[in-house]
Amino acid sequence: MSALLYGRCLRSVVVREGLRFVHQRERFFAALVRPLVWLALFAVGFRAVLGLSIIPPYETYILYEEYVVPGLVGMIQLFNGMQSSLSMVYDREMGSMKTLLVSPLPRWYLLVCKLLAGVMVSIVQVYVFIAVAWFWEVQPPPLGYLAVFPALLASGLMLGALGLLLSSFIKQLENFAGVMNFVIFPMFFASSALYPLWRIREGSPGLAWVAELNPFTHAVELIRFALYLRFDATALLAVLAALVVFLGGAIAAYDPGRGFWARRGGPAEQG
Amino acid sequence: MAQSASVVAEPVLAVEGLSHRFGERTALDGVSFAIPAGRFTALLGLNGAGKTTLFSLVTRLYNHRAGAIRVFGFDMLRQPTQALARIGVVFQQPTLDPDLTVLQNLRYHGGLHGLARSVIEERAREELARIGLSDRAGERVRTLSGGQRRRVEIARALLHRPSLLLLDEPTVGLDIDLRRQVLEHVHDLCRAQGLAVLWATHLIDEVLPGDGVVVLHRGRVLASGLVEEVCAGSGTLGEAFARLTGGGTR
Repeated sequence: MSALLYGRCLRSVVVREGLRFVHQRERFFAALVRPLVWLALFAVGFRAVLGLSIIPPYETYILYEEYVVPGLVGMIQLFNGMQSSLSMVYDREMGSMKTLLVSPLPRWYLLVCKLLAGVMVSIVQVYVFIAVAWFWEVQPPPLGYLAVFPALLASGLMLGALGLLLSSFIKQLENFAGVMNFVIFPMFFASSALYPLWRIREGSPGLAWVAELNPFTHAVELIRFALYLRFDATALLAVLAALVVFLGGAIAAYDPGRGFWARRGGPAEQG
Repeated sequence: MAQSASVVAEPVLAVEGLSHRFGERTALDGVSFAIPAGRFTALLGLNGAGKTTLFSLVTRLYNHRAGAIRVFGFDMLRQPTQALARIGVVFQQPTLDPDLTVLQNLRYHGGLHGLARSVIEERAREELARIGLSDRAGERVRTLSGGQRRRVEIARALLHRPSLLLLDEPTVGLDIDLRRQVLEHVHDLCRAQGLAVLWATHLIDEVLPGDGVVVLHRGRVLASGLVEEVCAGSGTLGEAFARLTGGGTR
């Protein structure tokens, strides 16, 4: 198997995901409206409640809108990652997941292709959102828009890998509500997306500790720092570590020898 | 000479002593059969006989625990890449993306098999012409009828030129006319291209004279061979099937 074959496979998975995205306009608008509602309604209302001091990467006092934009970018990627888990379940029911998995290329590679395709779609959504946010006077340095790209790639892959791992536990579409309640909401609210860690610590040191362990916090901080042309090494390491764990778990879960498919409800087997 | 060579040649699909369990439940128990090139073989069994498990193992959705599956001599566990590259699959559930066009669906599949874009375009044209849907290539799958979608799925499964075509109850949801059309289409492919076909079904009338048949019941093979051999002494295949499965609980 040459690199050419691998490249063709990746291209076709990305093209398909892109086409599906283009065809499902409502999905695109839903993905865009969600963070805009937060920015236009929640952030404006919250501005008066929450006073922010000057914290890195910001060099001056900022409005709450400016603080919350990286968190909302993270939210787009979080939803997208989970939605790709939804689409895996849906795909699995539709059978097109099977079509993907009977490709002769190694299964881990097929899953990585699927993941990258989902991340590409989420990055397009993020750029549309931060372009709209610019008109809300959330205007990071122009180069920040470029610098944030690798951060988005890392955080998108990490959240997508989590979604992929979760998809292996979901048997039916309805269970997505459970993912919302037990994964998306806790990850989002117990993070630095809506309020800085020092603020959380004032309210509850325990919650701040949870937020610091939450990989989503590090995804948001990685994005926040990159957008303002700063580099947060801790956040990057945390995001990459979480990526390795989640992706490793997802690949094991979809492995034809050990994965859930081989057991399908039977008792777990050795090895 | 050439004929005898083809008789002793490696079967396209060889399943030997295949067993699989889900927990305590035995889904397949010592299943063995072989399919030569150019033969349409029906995998005949009631619901729950183990047909879908067998398909999942032959397509390596998951690995088998005991026995062997070989495609042109390539072992499914040790050489899955070579084995899978020679298999085309039509799953029971529809697997085309309804929002994408026929051609986009074919391109996706071709890409998954690492085919070059130009090769995909050329073969897609050929395969669509064969099923009489050349003029629908640019239309969304959503606009096609059930029978047309099935034929597109078969065309898609042939895009990478497999030697073995697997179809898991491909006529589910089709009316009698469409069923016959799809069945004849696959028989034609078998004859014209020398494809080995494994067609899972619970419908006895989908087995035609001269076909191979594997009778699967409760995870075991009760009979296999040409339909005439399986019927020998029992009259029709229906009678043979009833006799085998009725007295087959050993």
